[in-house]
Amino acid sequence: MSKHVVVIGAGIAGLEAASVLDSMGHSITLIEKEDTPGGHVDRWHELFPNRRPGREVLEMLYEKLRDSIQFQYGKEITSIKPFSGKFIVTASDGWVTNADAVLMATGFDLFDARKKEEYGYGIYDHVITSADLEDIFRQGEGLNPRLGKAPQRIGFVHCVGSRDEKAGNIYCSKVCCVTAVKQAIEIKELYSAVEVYCFYMDLRMFGRHYEELYKEAQEKYNIQFIRGRLSEASENRQGGVVVKVEDTLLGKPLKITMDLLVLMSGMVAPPGIVKMRNKLGLTKEEDGFLSPLDAHARPNESEVPGLFMAGTSSGPKTITDTLNDARSAALAIDKYLEE
Amino acid sequence: MKADGKKLVWKDYQKDIAEDHYFYARSCIRQNFFPGSEKAFTRILRDELGKDLCDNQHHTSCTGIGYHTDVVPFETTMTVVARQFALMNEAGYENYIASCITSFGLYTEIIETWKHFPETLEKTREFLFRATGREFTIPKNLAHASDVIYKFRNEIAAKARYRLVDKNTGLPLKVVEHIGCHYSKMFPHKGVGGAEYPYVLVGMIEAWGGEVIDYPERRHCCGFGFRQYAVQANRGFSIACSKKKFDSMEAYEPDLIITNCPGCPMFLDRWQYALSEMEGKTYGKNNRGIPVFTYEEVAGLVLGYDPWKLGLQVHQVPAEPLLDKIGIPYDPEAKFKGPNGEELGRPEAPSILKFYQE
Repeated sequence: MSKHVVVIGAGIAGLEAASVLDSMGHSITLIEKEDTPGGHVDRWHELFPNRRPGREVLEMLYEKLRDSIQFQYGKEITSIKPFSGKFIVTASDGWVTNADAVLMATGFDLFDARKKEEYGYGIYDHVITSADLEDIFRQGEGLNPRLGKAPQRIGFVHCVGSRDEKAGNIYCSKVCCVTAVKQAIEIKELYSAVEVYCFYMDLRMFGRHYEELYKEAQEKYNIQFIRGRLSEASENRQGGVVVKVEDTLLGKPLKITMDLLVLMSGMVAPPGIVKMRNKLGLTKEEDGFLSPLDAHARPNESEVPGLFMAGTSSGPKTITDTLNDARSAALAIDKYLEE
Repeated sequence: MKADGKKLVWKDYQKDIAEDHYFYARSCIRQNFFPGSEKAFTRILRDELGKDLCDNQHHTSCTGIGYHTDVVPFETTMTVVARQFALMNEAGYENYIASCITSFGLYTEIIETWKHFPETLEKTREFLFRATGREFTIPKNLAHASDVIYKFRNEIAAKARYRLVDKNTGLPLKVVEHIGCHYSKMFPHKGVGGAEYPYVLVGMIEAWGGEVIDYPERRHCCGFGFRQYAVQANRGFSIACSKKKFDSMEAYEPDLIITNCPGCPMFLDRWQYALSEMEGKTYGKNNRGIPVFTYEEVAGLVLGYDPWKLGLQVHQVPAEPLLDKIGIPYDPEAKFKGPNGEELGRPEAPSILKFYQE
């Protein structure tokens, strides 16, 4: 018998899980707080490591379920109440529905780079985030309109809000290292003469083809990787960004003026989801992300029977891992509904 | 530069500053470096703002310099600070204000230590009692003296006879603000505006008509770092710090520098002389340097106090060009006279940096 599943979040995890559940014959309502599906991937111009357009992945996912499921856009979920083996799901605009199962595909928020005050995001004109740079790439006009000239020197700061106790996040966001390598290459493709510096703690090239991309960045594009954290950035009279950083391999302090400084913002748990997690009495972990019942055996189940999780709602993941996790969640939900 | 971005940061770093009834702890060194500043502070609070201030003669050094140079153990420092608090209690006050930035930072550090390690607080109580027979309570409100002037900056502006404005052009003066490292770099939430974009002096400058310069080396230490100047072999590093700042701010053509630490105005002022002698280089126009002031001196100037009563004659970089620019009257002949009009003698003039009014 067809069961009703509410999927919260129409990012790639929600879309893929909904698609699989739909193909299994379940009735799906996909709820999204924005007015369009896609989440963060919709903003990403090209993806690592193969430079596939983000939109292409989204269209592929969206096409599979465009006509078959019910979308509810512009709805932020305020309450999920377990009730007699079902759930009552309520949105901020008063919209209510019942569900046999709920999937939290609620994703992540980008770390607010303003919290790293010493880097000057939101204060200095030419300090941007990795997400802002993707917007620039998507607009296709390069950096000249923003900078008023072709850039000569650009810096990427890794681990902004990740692996940073001061920022309250000790975990690794996983995707930023290779994103910086990809974005640095894209910059070099646009401006071959530009000097590009990446300031890193460790480079975590764990995925297939990531290491090759990193090697290519060094050998083909001459991108400079400097191990060391920025101590501060400031703005000079010309609007350049003066950065102070220690090269911890050479053991020397550096002061370099950049035309543009790109902060690789990490992933954080959305505050609304942290609140929801607490209301539902789910396991509280310091990083704010949802915790599966068993990381190996039951990676998509929560302590509340019928409430599932997929994608980055349970911690930073790549797109590939997110899609696999979504499929896994759909299978777990199907099994639960059969029982 | 986006001013709105800074305002967002400032919103996150507001602190409670007591309204009245202050116990004032003076600095060990400020009265030698800038002898009129603390006097100006007590005058402004009592006479201009009508506040109650206890200026207690029995308090001692907080031992901050000794503590930061590893000469005085922390337990001793905590006991000395506990005695200051006991004096405050005995005088019937709850709100403690420190004239010195290092003292303020140290008091903050000690109170935080006691909060997180209550057994250390008990130990300090025991040490103090055994040594002096005194008991103490932690201040209800702890502030730096610049916090208090910041709090009443608009009241001072309302009474001001002069503004930080060029009298000829009507344009705001360009002001460099420099915060002492111990003000908020250790405990950002204890300083108005935080550590990266402190607002305490910016607020005063804006209220009194000036325009703040944000230059690349704004956050850099002035060179007063204790291990830099206290160890003779490191003094080259101290003067290099100051030079780095001057080189960075020079292009913005600042009219003056305002500071809130005992050491910063001393070093930013005196090292300009040393740099001129060592390198033949002066900053500011016509070999006159960039004048450096304490915030109390600037508050006193805008309120119309006599520059020589504020102690501006002991500055190495002459203040007169700035006084002329604002339109503050002064008697050039009185610069080196004592309070009773007696001639005190004239210091030797540097070879490059101009010292006398010419």
